[in-house]
Amino acid sequence: MSVILNALKEQFGKAILDVVEFRGEDTVIATKESAHEILKHCRDDLGFDYLVDISSLDLLGEEPRFEMVYELYALGNGANHHLRIKFKVAEDEKVDSVTDLWKTAKWHEREVYDMMGIEFNGLADHRRILMWEGYPYHPLRKDFPLAGRPTELPDVAFTEKAPLAGGPFVTSPTSASTSHREPRSRDFD
Amino acid sequence: MSDDNTQHAAYDSKVEGNVFFTKVDAAINWMRSNSLWPMPMGLACCGIELMASGASRFDIARFGAEVMRFSPRQADVMIVAGTVTYKMSLAVKRIWDQMPEPKWCIAMGACASSGGMYRSYATLQGIDNLIPVDVYVSGCPPRPEALLEGLMKLQKKVTEEESAKAHFEADSARTLETSKA
Repeated sequence: MSVILNALKEQFGKAILDVVEFRGEDTVIATKESAHEILKHCRDDLGFDYLVDISSLDLLGEEPRFEMVYELYALGNGANHHLRIKFKVAEDEKVDSVTDLWKTAKWHEREVYDMMGIEFNGLADHRRILMWEGYPYHPLRKDFPLAGRPTELPDVAFTEKAPLAGGPFVTSPTSASTSHREPRSRDFD
Repeated sequence: MSDDNTQHAAYDSKVEGNVFFTKVDAAINWMRSNSLWPMPMGLACCGIELMASGASRFDIARFGAEVMRFSPRQADVMIVAGTVTYKMSLAVKRIWDQMPEPKWCIAMGACASSGGMYRSYATLQGIDNLIPVDVYVSGCPPRPEALLEGLMKLQKKVTEEESAKAHFEADSARTLETSKA
């Protein structure tokens, strides 16, 4: 097991639920409560000075529903090491913001809020970043149809469902044969 | 002009040759159609083709439309080139409203015309949902020749307008309103 994962396991013990090492990629699966502390430790003591990305997953049908993913990178001293930290979040929970650790986290967290509807403790503004202010939905959630839902667009007009002509034509994640996986029209709404 | 000594009684010989007769409509439309200053609304890859139309190989200046105005107040035709997201549509509409009359609109490419391949919650399904479009140019993106063809179509349309009539009708309507008030 890699040095980083060993060090983290020793330091945090039960706060780390699992570690995964796959083709040189290190992933830590943590608890939501300890995540901020682990991220702070990674930045201050392990030299992960660059927050590459924050993203989120919607695991619709599972409990807890959401999962946060933090991609860290160590640039300093030619370390060139990559680390991924994940934790699950329930639908009614808020995540601790990491804007106090990396300023770049602000836009990432605003995007997560905009697209997935996860809110953050300590994020100064929850303004939308991709959709317009006042849009009522979070479109990357699995239960949101690709074609959208009709809404009022202040000052201009409206949004209507996009005509999908039998779509969306999406692949299905399954281990079945190619003919099951290939893009077909499926109605989500 | 000619060196012979023939003189027409109705003409002052000094300006002869510099005078011609026409209709007000024809004169206004001729001027308008050959100086269509575009408001380039480049929002996606169509914007690149729009730039190519302005560059030397295709040379939109041949049609009097080389003066890209980045202030809507000086523009005559808005070329909507690219995908209009709902969020951007607020800005497009606002810029359109800032353009002075008379104004025209070219929807360049599939996205501006109909949403194109973006059948999704984020994309306006055609700019004609918000502003009146005079010419649609097909293509994804259209080649500069196609845009120039669209521009020529628009010029033809402008030539056929009853500009003077529209002007005086608008004028008398305004007078009526003020006199009522």
